[in-house]
Amino acid sequence: MSVDVLVIAEAVAGEVPDVTYELLGKGRELSDGFSGELALVLAGEPSPQNLFGAADVLYSMSGMEAGYCAPQWEMSLGEVIRSAHPKVVLVSTGTVGIDLAGALATQFDGVLASYVIDAVMEGGSLVVTSQLYGGKLLSEVEIDSFPAVLSVVPGSFASDVGRVVGEPRREVIDVGGSLSSAKGIAIELREPDSSGVDITAAPLLVSVGRGIGSKENVELVAELAEAMKAPLSASRPVIDQGWLPKPHQVGKSGKKVKPTVYLAFGISGAPEHLEGMRSADVIIACNTDAKAPIFEVAHYGTTLDLFDLVPELTDQVGG
Amino acid sequence: MRIVVAMRQLADLVEELEVNDEGTDIDREFVKFVSNEWDEAALEEALTLKDELGATVTVVALDEPDVDQTLYAALAKGADRVVKLTGNDPDTWVRSRERAQRLASFLAGESFDLLLTGVQAADDLDGQLAGILGSLLEVPHAAVVVGVEGSDSKVRVIQEMGGGLLGVSELDLPAVLGIQAAKQTPRYAPISRIRQAMQTGEISEHEVELSDASAQVKVRRLYPPESTGAGATMLKGSPKEVAAEIIEIIKSKGLV
Amino acid sequence: MPVGGNKQAAGVTELAEAIVTSPLSGREWDVSGGSSRMLHSRVLTDYSASGFAKIAALEGGNSLEYCFGCGKCVPVCPVDLVSEYGPRKIHRAVQTGLDLFKSDELWKCTTCGNCLRVCPKEVNMIEVMPAVREVAMVEGTIPDELQQIMEKTFRYGNALGENPRRRPAWTKGAGVDVRVLASDPSPVDVLFYVEDYWSFHPRGQQAAQAFARIMTSLNVDFAILGAEEKTLGDSQRLAGEKGLFEALMEEVIDVLAKYQFNRIVTPDPHGFNALKKVYPKYGHTFEALHYSQLLAPLLEQIDFQGSLEATVTFHDPCYLGRHNGEYEAPRKIIEAIPGVKLLEMGRCRENSYCCGGGGGGMWLDGFNANHLSERLSERRVREAAATGADILAVACPYEVSRFEDAAKSTGNEGLRVMDIAEMVDIAMRGEDWRS
Ligand SMILES: Cc1cc2nc3c(=O)[nH]c(=O)nc-3n(C[C@H](O)[C@H](O)[C@H](O)COP(=O)(O)OP(=O)(O)OC[C@H]3O[C@@H](n4cnc5c(N)ncnc54)[C@H](O)[C@@H]3O)c2cc1C
Ligand code: SF4
Ligand code: SF4
Repeated sequence: MSVDVLVIAEAVAGEVPDVTYELLGKGRELSDGFSGELALVLAGEPSPQNLFGAADVLYSMSGMEAGYCAPQWEMSLGEVIRSAHPKVVLVSTGTVGIDLAGALATQFDGVLASYVIDAVMEGGSLVVTSQLYGGKLLSEVEIDSFPAVLSVVPGSFASDVGRVVGEPRREVIDVGGSLSSAKGIAIELREPDSSGVDITAAPLLVSVGRGIGSKENVELVAELAEAMKAPLSASRPVIDQGWLPKPHQVGKSGKKVKPTVYLAFGISGAPEHLEGMRSADVIIACNTDAKAPIFEVAHYGTTLDLFDLVPELTDQVGG
Repeated sequence: MRIVVAMRQLADLVEELEVNDEGTDIDREFVKFVSNEWDEAALEEALTLKDELGATVTVVALDEPDVDQTLYAALAKGADRVVKLTGNDPDTWVRSRERAQRLASFLAGESFDLLLTGVQAADDLDGQLAGILGSLLEVPHAAVVVGVEGSDSKVRVIQEMGGGLLGVSELDLPAVLGIQAAKQTPRYAPISRIRQAMQTGEISEHEVELSDASAQVKVRRLYPPESTGAGATMLKGSPKEVAAEIIEIIKSKGLV
Repeated sequence: MPVGGNKQAAGVTELAEAIVTSPLSGREWDVSGGSSRMLHSRVLTDYSASGFAKIAALEGGNSLEYCFGCGKCVPVCPVDLVSEYGPRKIHRAVQTGLDLFKSDELWKCTTCGNCLRVCPKEVNMIEVMPAVREVAMVEGTIPDELQQIMEKTFRYGNALGENPRRRPAWTKGAGVDVRVLASDPSPVDVLFYVEDYWSFHPRGQQAAQAFARIMTSLNVDFAILGAEEKTLGDSQRLAGEKGLFEALMEEVIDVLAKYQFNRIVTPDPHGFNALKKVYPKYGHTFEALHYSQLLAPLLEQIDFQGSLEATVTFHDPCYLGRHNGEYEAPRKIIEAIPGVKLLEMGRCRENSYCCGGGGGGMWLDGFNANHLSERLSERRVREAAATGADILAVACPYEVSRFEDAAKSTGNEGLRVMDIAEMVDIAMRGEDWRS
């Protein structure tokens, strides 16, 4: 049987991200549609070893340098694609996908759809839905010529479907030899600098407003933020009171943020605050006042008391 | 160092976008076009490199609505030369593969060390420019770049790898970079300077003829997502239940 | 005489040999060398006057060095109350080496004009500051916050970065028909120039709606430009973006040329200032009125259905009062509302305290936070609360949002902030202001 769908695991720092399992789940469905095999390609040794059961084949590229270098990855993945020649390549719109989807599609003269949120088989074709214009419009495209590369928005598919215990057939592809001709070298992977908060870069923000009442109480929300590994941000009054430093301020006179998820606790939603966060993908607001304007922009809301909800969230995330 | 910055116009997302009669593109007639915000970051990075190392900065863009304004603003900010590529229909959607081909055709006759462009644009259905262009030109490329340090024969790039992790690598020149963020917020060009550029600056035009079209996906339809209705979906239940629901929502976005 | 950076030390000479003879006793002193310096006129050598040269070379920049240090301006400067400021202090700082072009001090002045009112030398910060800021902008030292506003204004024609097509959206909630000239271009008496904050800010929109209802009940023939309106950009000008102001003006003039109207009425004292004082310098003259000036003479015709039982204090907008001399119209309106009792604050009329929003201050909240012990709006709200008034009445679209926020942050939630149009509207319709 031939490999029909190839999933690229973006395990740059060794750890396989959640989205890879999403792609494996979707990839399984598509490869069954083609009645072919599903393969996963990974840099180095798989870890964990046994959760790639959704795939039939596992290519591990050996001889890769530690760290990440786009030209090296492009070259190595190119080799894998040449030997597997899949119909469909799945990658996410993370850095690896943004770096390489276009380059690989160009190299193999295939088509490419980006910002994909759904893909289904219709007869022999793939019907793919993408998010354009920041999610304001969706596009539906039909793909009937292959190879095709799909660059998928993380969170589009369920990851538990793809997280299957089992060990696919292993093929080790040694890319080390040819890498010397790559026009770049990896230097290092740098851990994030935790000293300077950058609330503009985080995909998840836990934000707190005057409803928190006092500096001591901010601690409560800080614990939640820590449990969620998200930075803490705030409305201006919290900053004014000196409960948090200025770089945490969201809004007109603070930072403009655009996280995937923005959690707002005890923030009323004044226009000056909304200006800084209304373009977040998902806004979840907790405010005891059901008429608070924050609910006009929020996607999800609750009128629970934050002092009841926050500890519960911390518990559940931690546990 | 010779730096080329590829910039482009894009429908302004402040607008409510409408779909054309065929349902295959936005209705371009009444929308306002503005320069892609990531391209502005790319221009800023180029100008910062120019300030630091000395460089010539050439800005190139396809013929798209109000592109002249973007090019004059680039001149006002300190670009040395601005080029408009003609030959495309300014009122249709130039898809990323074709955009890359057009730029590549111009760049073939242009010697450069670095090509900077925005990491993405909101209508990049066919992929992001830097990777496609790098591949067409057969030069190294990297995207989601948040740091660029140049030297004579190599460039050191810092890429955001997700989860706050930064990937540092070194690429041979020439190279193509998709810029996510410049070292500083894009500089301001006072309006008087832009107007001065309009009077004294020059946009050179370069016609591009494309012989073969690149592979690209066929758009069946473009449509607005079902609106969830104004206002928030209210989560009901005990703190325990609501907390569980919230965590589910966050998880579904691939976070936590 | 101070002329363009010439306020310099005369060269110091120390006479190698100098003998001084007392005119009385005839006794002689040898003051050769260093000691002979005291025989010359005293020369300040602790500064270089070069700082003034660059400022004085700018159009409008020459008056800073006129300062002779009398100090009258400092106690009236609103910024000095929460920081160290005022023309005299700036003058001295420049004298001792401050590079105003690169300094954060440049952005603190709100161009409120109170210093100019008292300065015997007519040191004019309303001209000096914008001139220096314009250069700073070219040199790239504009604060990020302000830069974003300029970009939004240029791109969308409003400082809020809102979709220009939504400009007339507020009319939907007015409950009366509001004519938009683009769809009905016949001649009109009053062109209602809504300006940014009444068009887009939720609290401003409520005031715009109230004003539209009042005009309708007074049978004023009025219309708006709707989506064709762009901000007049006076605060952008004073924040240093003269080029933007001029670009906007050209577009505004083109739009205005399409329609026939007798006068322009605007709620925004900044826009009013532009039309009244700045446009004529470019050869564009219109009859411009602040909305309080339109309403004041018509009040007798209003059939108030109820009364507004409240004590009220009024904040004079700098650009209505000090800059354009209008103190009476808004007071007449407030006093004509049945039930209202007007209480003045200590600082009012000519000496009114600035809300902090002028001259770009509206858009520098975060930037200035590091430099001021308190926001000007907060200080002003505390003054208002100290009068014991129920309502702080305002007549400038910047202020409802600024003062409501300040009332909360100073713990004066009990003080209601209302536009005078909202107050008239409530009493006219016989509603309860507390609800
Ligand atoms: C020029 C200017 C610039 C400004 N810039 C900014 C800016 O950059 N950023 C910014 O945020 N603001 C800014 N503001 C201030 C803005 O106008 C608001 O005052 C501010 O955003 C309000 O903050 P908040 O929502 O935390 O407080 P509030 O408006 O007081 O809201 C607190 C909310 O908490 C809720 N609450 C209380 N207790 C609980 C509880 N136990 N559980 C759940 N909910 C509870 C209340 O119902 C209320 O809605 C600016 C204002 C001006 C005038
Ligand atoms: S104009 Fe107002 S803020 Fe500026 S210096 Fe004078 S008194 Fe102070
Ligand atoms: S009032 Fe005028 S002359 Fe007197 S100190 Fe102030 S600026 Fe100088």
